[in-house]
Amino acid sequence: MFNKTDVLETIEMIEKEHLDIRTVTMGISLLSCIRADGASTAQAVYDCVTKRAQNLVKTAENLSREYGIPIVNKRVSVTPVSLVTAAFPEKSALVGKALDRAAKELGIDFLGGYSALVHKGTADYEEKFLATIPEVLAETERLCSSVNVGSSRSGINMDAVGQMGRIVKQTAALTAARDGLGCAKLVVFCNAVEDNPFMAGAFHGIGEADTVINVGVSGPGVVQHALKFVPDADLTDTAELIKRTAFKITRAGQLIAKEAASRLGARFGIVDLSLAPTPARGDSVAHILEELGLEVVGCHGTTAALAMLNDAVKKGGVMASSRVGGLSGAFIPVSEDIGMIESAAAGKISLDKLEAMTCVCSVGLDMIAIPGDTPEATISAIIADEAAIGMINNKTTAVRVIPAPGKSVGDEVSFGGLLGRAPVMPVHGGDASKFIGRGGLIPAPIHSFKN
Amino acid sequence: MRAVVTVTGSDRRGIIAKVSNFLFERNVNIEDISQTVLGEQFAMIMMVDMSESSRDFAALAEELEEKGKEIGMAVRLQHAAIFDAMHNV
Repeated sequence: MFNKTDVLETIEMIEKEHLDIRTVTMGISLLSCIRADGASTAQAVYDCVTKRAQNLVKTAENLSREYGIPIVNKRVSVTPVSLVTAAFPEKSALVGKALDRAAKELGIDFLGGYSALVHKGTADYEEKFLATIPEVLAETERLCSSVNVGSSRSGINMDAVGQMGRIVKQTAALTAARDGLGCAKLVVFCNAVEDNPFMAGAFHGIGEADTVINVGVSGPGVVQHALKFVPDADLTDTAELIKRTAFKITRAGQLIAKEAASRLGARFGIVDLSLAPTPARGDSVAHILEELGLEVVGCHGTTAALAMLNDAVKKGGVMASSRVGGLSGAFIPVSEDIGMIESAAAGKISLDKLEAMTCVCSVGLDMIAIPGDTPEATISAIIADEAAIGMINNKTTAVRVIPAPGKSVGDEVSFGGLLGRAPVMPVHGGDASKFIGRGGLIPAPIHSFKN
Repeated sequence: MRAVVTVTGSDRRGIIAKVSNFLFERNVNIEDISQTVLGEQFAMIMMVDMSESSRDFAALAEELEEKGKEIGMAVRLQHAAIFDAMHNV
């Protein structure tokens, strides 16, 4: 039984501290939609997605009303499209566009899964699929794409890393009129997970059931608010408080996930524990770190503070949910977090510090604008560095950078809405093209041989 | 089904009477009432049983919200399950 303090605390969290369910994401397998050619497969995919997810938005809205907690995004993830179009990869765009139309029909903002898993090697059909990504992202609105280029078990596919540098640049060029918006919908992963509910990196893994509900919770504002009451607590007590707060946040997510799955006739997949910020004030992961006693996010001490935060969130969350998965960490997308935006604009946080932070949290160099003239080999090298961190540390890492066409350090890109805005950050000079050009596979690390 | 009605705002005169009468008219049974003051704010929390209610959840929630506007208070109806989940291990 709960008491009146509990009731008022929950209401306060929702109404003043931005507690919400960040996303209810339906994962849908497309493997049964494969037909003999591109056009009929695209039609089958459209029919399948619009049918299985037809009640997603309505159900989420009903749940939101009944439990009194906002559900910000309703989304869909699908089987990596490269597998669905393997027999006719040059027609992949037809399926991509069908998915985009399905997303519009369903009234959802993003649909993820225009993806390929090439962490050990790139098959011929995947090579052709990857080449379609820039154009498809330029010609669709709601479709998101991701490519897994490495894993702790297999090493890093450096040929794919080289190709992704080119693809990121091409995507930026084709969406130059919108500050390279296409790149905001393209993630390059190492150790991608099959049940991630968050965009742009969501896809529905082939190890998953037919239709699954995965839920991402949020609540950086709730954690920050809780910390305000213990300004002088030591870090042991602080971690304990974060853990307790994460427990409450996750329990709300678990309740919604189970109920949504049951009403939608889907399996309950996982609750993703990630603390996910938005550009709104009071909903920032960076501000939690500053509440812990850092003058500004990015100063020395940031990595340690983030490590503590991320670990405490997981400990509370794991206790609260029967099925935890997805990325489960603290997101630090630069353009989507007001504290990160301000620190980057003031030149207080560097790409190097962000890279260090990704060693202790999910998910990687996320939503970072870099100069438009950054060479493709440098982008590949940034991807390789992040993938190496993921591979060696057995964790998911990713790169979602936007080489903003025509812009340089000091300028800003603005995407609006949840994608936010980002000051263009400097990258290191020095040419890595010889290293990237070698290609091949960086072999799997010694500690991957566990059998 | 058990639900929680919360009423918050600055005024407190006759609020309990108005809201409980409103629920009575819709056959919603009040099981428990408590009130408290949060800074300048008055807050009332009612545990209710909706099993005999003449309205479904969505309709009652909407009518309560309207009633809230009429009396100048924020009135919410929520499933009790959300509080159980968040505050009990």
